[in-house]
Amino acid sequence: MSAHGDSKDGYDFAHPLPVPMLLSVFFALVLLTIITVAQASFDIGSLDIVVVMVIATIKAALVMAFFMHMAYDKPFNVIVFLSSFAFVALFLIFTMSDSKQTSPDFEPVIEEVAAMEVASTPVAAGEPEVSESTAE
Amino acid sequence: MSTIEAAAENAHDAHGHDHDHPSFLAHHFDTPEQQFDSGKLGIWLFLVTEILFFSGMFCAYAIFRMLRPDVFEGCSQFLNTKLGAINTGVLLFSSLTMAWAVRCSQVKQDRGLVAMLAATLSCAMIFLGVKAIEYSHKWEMGLLPAGLYFYDPANPHPESHTNYLFYICLPFMILLGGVVAWLVVSLATRNKFHVQCAMPLTVAAACFFVGIGLGMVLESGGSEHAADEYQAHATTELEQTAAIQLVSSGESEVLESLATESNTGIQSELSARQRQLENAGTAIVQEGDEIAGAIVSVEENVMTQRKAGVFFSIYYCMTGVHAIHILVGIGFLVWLLVRAVRQDFNPQYFGPVDYVGLYWHLVDLIWIYLFPLLYLIR
Repeated sequence: MSAHGDSKDGYDFAHPLPVPMLLSVFFALVLLTIITVAQASFDIGSLDIVVVMVIATIKAALVMAFFMHMAYDKPFNVIVFLSSFAFVALFLIFTMSDSKQTSPDFEPVIEEVAAMEVASTPVAAGEPEVSESTAE
Repeated sequence: MSTIEAAAENAHDAHGHDHDHPSFLAHHFDTPEQQFDSGKLGIWLFLVTEILFFSGMFCAYAIFRMLRPDVFEGCSQFLNTKLGAINTGVLLFSSLTMAWAVRCSQVKQDRGLVAMLAATLSCAMIFLGVKAIEYSHKWEMGLLPAGLYFYDPANPHPESHTNYLFYICLPFMILLGGVVAWLVVSLATRNKFHVQCAMPLTVAAACFFVGIGLGMVLESGGSEHAADEYQAHATTELEQTAAIQLVSSGESEVLESLATESNTGIQSELSARQRQLENAGTAIVQEGDEIAGAIVSVEENVMTQRKAGVFFSIYYCMTGVHAIHILVGIGFLVWLLVRAVRQDFNPQYFGPVDYVGLYWHLVDLIWIYLFPLLYLIR
């Protein structure tokens, strides 16, 4: 496996990655970063978050496979680590499916109602100058 | 050969010691490979807990962004993309040097290992320096977590009595002073080992201020533009030209007269307007002390400050915890550097370098997601 001639069992397990490989992974990562920053200046609508996350995931995969040596690691270690993402997915899916129950104002609902009551007339008065010139 | 001294001697020429343990092999392991694999499984398990730990914050981010994408879009304008991109590059480079350091330890390149660890440390310090500029600038503008948030678009740079940047830099100044003193003392006493340790550490400590300088150069004109851009953005896209002009020019009387005028509107229309304003969510830029007379504005201000504050709470929480991980990583890297100078590592004992490397790459991995999610929202 390694450059060492000594093949005695349990003593020869180092697996150094070649420098050109490390460098090419690094430049691929930099290139992907530039692409991410560049795409932010184009308006691609709601695809935005998808594109950004896909690029980030490609970068993460590169870091994991080569820098973190995962492509050459023991399968058990890979399974252990990747299983964490399965649990993260479970966590996110269940929480997100429930999050519509939360007030979009980031505030407790009771407080919001109270605020509306106190300021109902003036609140209404506050906005119109904002944008409703067509309705007048 | 079975004495401890002989084993220690063997540690450097890692061959031909089937009779006894080399010094680096803990006696409860049969072979160096077994020792390495045990440690490796352990560090992978630790990284799993780290992923789950950060996923809590990513979950909070996802929920709030899903509820109010407009708030995130608006607040993200205050984050300087240039600084974020530079920091991404710095972290990626530190990941490269870290991976290279692991390689050096595996092929027994001691000098290369020290150099690579020093480079990784220096990048970590540059990252923190740039981060210090980002944080101190935002604190001065009042872009703080919910509850402390006091950003005022009419007066984005209030007279600050505290020089936040100085207080952030202070511990690093002390650190640099300490390391330089150590270097001088070890040079004076001609302690070769200490000189070899202190020199790369001095470079690394100085790199914090390189990061500060880099951040200052890039920040100048960065964030102020962001605020201006954001106001422009709000004006055009959200059709609130009138309101913003009124508020920013401080013509509170006109504002109030408009308010009473529209007071005659139908109830449904009013609620529609209110909803529209909420959807626009741009009140972040509209809040100003000028309209303090109107109860309306006070109520809206409180809410929007909280909305924007929530974004900055998430921002500080995620980047702050990430920065703490960088600090912890720096601690481990210093430990590795000293051991590398001591030439502790060899092709059969490079576990510590590899484990710290995995941790460091994980920190990089998290930043890879943080950067686009926080800085690149449109």
